[in-house]
Amino acid sequence: MSSLSARGIHAWFGKHHALEDISLDFAPGTVTALIGPSGCGKSTFIRTLNRMHEFIPSAAMAGEVLLDGKDVYAPGTDVTKIRLQIGMVFQKPNPFPSMTIGENVLSGLKLAQLKVDNKDDLLEECLERAGLWKEVKDRLGAHGGSLSGGQQQRLCIARALAVKPQVLLMDEPCSALDPGSTLRIEETIRHLSESMTIVIVTHNMQQAARVSDHTAFFLSDGGPGHMVEFAPTNEIFSRPKDKRTEDYVTGRFG
Amino acid sequence: MSTVQPTRPWVATTADRVRDGLIFVVSIAISYGLVAATPLKGKLAYFFTFFAILTLANGLNGFLRYGFAAAKDAAIKTLVGVGALLTVMPIASILATVISKGYKGIKPNLFTQDMSLATPTDPLNNGGILHAISGTLILVFLSLIMSVPLGILTALYLTEIKGRFSKPIKFLVQAMSGVPSIVAGLFILSAVLYPITKGYSGFMGALALTILMIPTVARTSEEVLNLIPQDLREAGTALGGTQWRTVAMIVLPAARSGLITAMILGVARIAGETAPLLLLTGGGDKVNGNPFHDPIGSLPYYIWKSFNAGSEEAITRAWAGLLVLVVLILILFTTARFLSTRKVSR
Ligand SMILES: Nc1ncnc2c1ncn2[C@@H]1O[C@H](COP(=O)(O)OP(=O)(O)O)[C@@H](O)[C@H]1O
Ligand SMILES: [Mg+2]
Repeated sequence: MSSLSARGIHAWFGKHHALEDISLDFAPGTVTALIGPSGCGKSTFIRTLNRMHEFIPSAAMAGEVLLDGKDVYAPGTDVTKIRLQIGMVFQKPNPFPSMTIGENVLSGLKLAQLKVDNKDDLLEECLERAGLWKEVKDRLGAHGGSLSGGQQQRLCIARALAVKPQVLLMDEPCSALDPGSTLRIEETIRHLSESMTIVIVTHNMQQAARVSDHTAFFLSDGGPGHMVEFAPTNEIFSRPKDKRTEDYVTGRFG
Repeated sequence: MSTVQPTRPWVATTADRVRDGLIFVVSIAISYGLVAATPLKGKLAYFFTFFAILTLANGLNGFLRYGFAAAKDAAIKTLVGVGALLTVMPIASILATVISKGYKGIKPNLFTQDMSLATPTDPLNNGGILHAISGTLILVFLSLIMSVPLGILTALYLTEIKGRFSKPIKFLVQAMSGVPSIVAGLFILSAVLYPITKGYSGFMGALALTILMIPTVARTSEEVLNLIPQDLREAGTALGGTQWRTVAMIVLPAARSGLITAMILGVARIAGETAPLLLLTGGGDKVNGNPFHDPIGSLPYYIWKSFNAGSEEAITRAWAGLLVLVVLILILFTTARFLSTRKVSR
């Protein structure tokens, strides 16, 4: 399992300084939750981790992201390799519309031109790990769009797993889903964390409490977003050191 | 115990329909009488009095039965119906004219012979338009394979690469879509035909048609590609795909039906184009399968030539050519539509 750490991360959109000096270590095999009010830079932060931040034309950043000790922003780094090792699940389920369920799961192999010995085994394994195998095993040829929202999101998780990432970033993966689907995905996250490092952004305090080992609280008070507190999850929720953290997790603002 | 019968209270009853039908018929009668009684003359007068009266009558009917809101609803509904009808009428009228004048010229020999051994004054069972049909198909095909890749690549530059030249290219493409076809023809004539090939050929015509087709394909493709959610591009990249592979495997397949529509619109733009073909293809009355050598016929050219010949047979031939052109375009459209809506399945 790989270790991931962020050192002094800043991010800008044009002149707008969106994120200020974030340093965080993600221990291998743990789940880290990022919480904080909307617009405090959580999405921006996790997108700097797998270099999706640079997708936005006006974006700039500073700092280092170390994957197994190597800076992913070092000159000469192959960005596509980085994104293979650090997978991502988005807020809105986004299966590829032109592909079937099975093709969706295996799409990463084609996109990144990877070879595997047995595609069927991989397909089953990924869907199994994403908790979707039983529901779709008889309709792998159907379109991804024919699934429910929760199933689509698990399909996107399976798709991310197929390229065997070391780290999985999830940006509010359940915010568009019903409570039942949310629970299924939380279960999935717990299972996955046995074999990979997970970073999850969530607006749901109970969810952070249920799935994560560590929690980081981000806040932007007018200026750029910064990290107020980072601690084991039970400490953040039971005895936060910072008054602002306490106010946020108890629902007094945000 | 009572069983509940399913009803559909929102659907018009038979009585309603009969009343609507009666209003329609009475409106026709009144407008006929009105036009006869006043100095108004002509089809147009009938048409407009009829629709004014129909609108009023429907409105009045609505008012008497359900009040003012229903009156407005009925009147507006009639107006919208008239608007739709007005839009289709020219097309229907064109089709009717082409069919009624062209069908006389449709004989089996039309599709098996060319005009190399027939003169414009020959009877209709001699000679045909095989050379024009084959020529048009060749021209459309050549233009298609040249302009579709160029048009889609232009669109990809504008939507995916968004490079430094996006703005000027967008402007140029827009300006290009306004280029009159005769200008495209003259350009190829002076830039390629006179200095280089020095002879008429289908390829020269296809080059001019390509110039006309590229902007249509590029602009429509650009609009279609802009509709593909950014999410999908990000998802592809996040899975370790390069930008090129993401575009090829995810963006283009997702836009497939829209891109086919872009192709159809492009073909529609050029299939009946005449001016550049007059300048560049040389017409010719013989079937010519080689677009790179010698004059080649085409339907628009044939139609133009036959109308110019002036004899009664020639003019019937021209109408028959028009009919064939219209049907050909219709077939191309339906095929493309069929291809674009067919579900991808394995
Ligand atoms: N594509 C973008 N262009 C410009 N500013 C952006 C963009 N995305 C986010 N921002 C800005 O960056 C800040 C952080 O946003 P984000 O990371 O999305 O917050 P969160 O995910 O915590 O809700 C906000 O002020 C937002 O307006
Ligand atoms: Mg966000």
